Amino acid sequence: MLTAIEKKAIDHEIELVPYRKASVIEALKIVQQHRGWISDESVEEIAAYLEISPAEVDSVATFYNLIFRKPVGRHIILLCDSISCYVMGYRLLHKALEEKLHIRMGQTTDDNRFTLLPNVCLGCCDHAPALMIDKDLYRDIEPALLDDILKKYA
Amino acid sequence: MERPLTSNIYPDRPPLNLKEYEKAGGYIALRKACSGMSPAALQKLVQDSNLKGRGGAGFNTGIKWSLVPMGDEAPHPKYLIANADEMEPGTFKDRVLLEGNPHQLIEGMILAAYAIQADIAYVFLRWAYHEAAALLRKSIQEAYDAGYLGKDILGSGFHLDMHLHTGVGRYMCGEETALLNALEGKRATPRAKPPFPQVSGLFGKPTIVNNVETLCCIPHIVNNGADWFKGLSYSEDGGTKLYGVSGKVKKPGAWELPMGITMRELIEEHAGGMKSGFQLKGVLPGGASTDFLTVQHLDIKLDYKSVAAAGSRLGTGTMIVMDDGTCPVGFVHNLQHFFAQESCGWCTPCREGLPWVEKILLAMEKGEGRKEDLELLQMHTQLLGPGNTFCALAPGAMEPLQSALKYFRDDFEKHIDHKKCPYD
Repeated sequence: MLTAIEKKAIDHEIELVPYRKASVIEALKIVQQHRGWISDESVEEIAAYLEISPAEVDSVATFYNLIFRKPVGRHIILLCDSISCYVMGYRLLHKALEEKLHIRMGQTTDDNRFTLLPNVCLGCCDHAPALMIDKDLYRDIEPALLDDILKKYA
Repeated sequence: MERPLTSNIYPDRPPLNLKEYEKAGGYIALRKACSGMSPAALQKLVQDSNLKGRGGAGFNTGIKWSLVPMGDEAPHPKYLIANADEMEPGTFKDRVLLEGNPHQLIEGMILAAYAIQADIAYVFLRWAYHEAAALLRKSIQEAYDAGYLGKDILGSGFHLDMHLHTGVGRYMCGEETALLNALEGKRATPRAKPPFPQVSGLFGKPTIVNNVETLCCIPHIVNNGADWFKGLSYSEDGGTKLYGVSGKVKKPGAWELPMGITMRELIEEHAGGMKSGFQLKGVLPGGASTDFLTVQHLDIKLDYKSVAAAGSRLGTGTMIVMDDGTCPVGFVHNLQHFFAQESCGWCTPCREGLPWVEKILLAMEKGEGRKEDLELLQMHTQLLGPGNTFCALAPGAMEPLQSALKYFRDDFEKHIDHKKCPYD
């Protein structure tokens, strides 16, 4: 069941659009914000609330890379793998992160602390390579700086 | 040298709040428009200024507006959307404007909305720009509180509501019709044109989608006139341009400069030239989906026509420099990986062709390339080129590939002949 808080937030979005299902992306964002990811149950609950089929919700949920259809860790590391970061050495960061966290790209650490994901250009190419942890942007990153950065996230 | 878009942006302090923005001349253009300027006159002014869309396509903004149905018979609500989904690899110019002076964008949006008599405005902001999102939320509220948004703006009888929409990823959202689908809560696949969004856009209503930098120019054009705006430029395209440089240069960054400065001036003076030990080998002048230019093109003017004449596109005006220590095959593979991943899957050539191109390039990088692969790649630049796909994503992807095959063919051949990447 969607919680009262989730419903209230979704209702607010529904008011801004001509029909209920137009708010499906906002609904997915709201539910993900509260639950961390979008489970099959969440898909069904959103579908029922917006009066559309679960398949329709899932077709949207699976299209957008920042809607998570699998559980994720407490913190999300988004490593930019686009061209300026490629030129400036993101591959060294990629390797260092996988070694430090003992996971591959796309995986979550055993202690559920971090999920490591690739991301397209973060829009700070003059300070490449860059990565983002949750909402924090880190620029001009070298592998040697990673330990101090990761320490901030429990 | 005048820098209207960035003159009130200071890197070491927060952006101007409403009071400070007003003190610096903010919202005077809106007052001017609201006190007797007709929407048609505003459209004409912008058309005469020769402002061209800064998102990459380079279409005259005033002409784009003029295609919106006007008058009592026009369908409502009409929409004005700021495309702030900056996701073109190598592009970071709209971030400067969004974080540096949000009220400038908001004023530009209100003016654009007035010109087309829109009822509702959206900022479509990419998810990753968290700081910009917070600033825009605050600034939109300030504009409401001051009477610049909402009902009967400045007593003109014009109403406008403005909302911030933050995305959830996918490069496709930057394509204007895909952006409309995303705003309607759908997969961000492109729409067939016609009908054009000006006639049937968001929720089937007349809609204008303009880039952030384009909209930020509008208040200055209203304040200072079309001739002044044209006079800022070194070329026939009006205005200044936010240019950027990334890669192994001494001082990567973004600068507002007269439209039409040369690539040499941008790279050597503003970006400080190449880092020591590196030579310039190639340049993507306007993001990942533009053709390579090389050393022989350094003296071309960076305006729409001159870059096109040299065989590329000005695109977003933020360039990526490829140095002589970076493998061109690996570089192009990185681009094709991006495009293959971001293809929305709607049309077959793009969905199937791009992963194939990516795999060929990856094989080459690993030393498993074959002679006939060069022809295969060449063939794809045709098959995925303009006219064969639903939108511009795959043709854009083919631009750096076709020019890499032309300018850096030796490098491709060496990978095949030596069965390894010579840069490893």
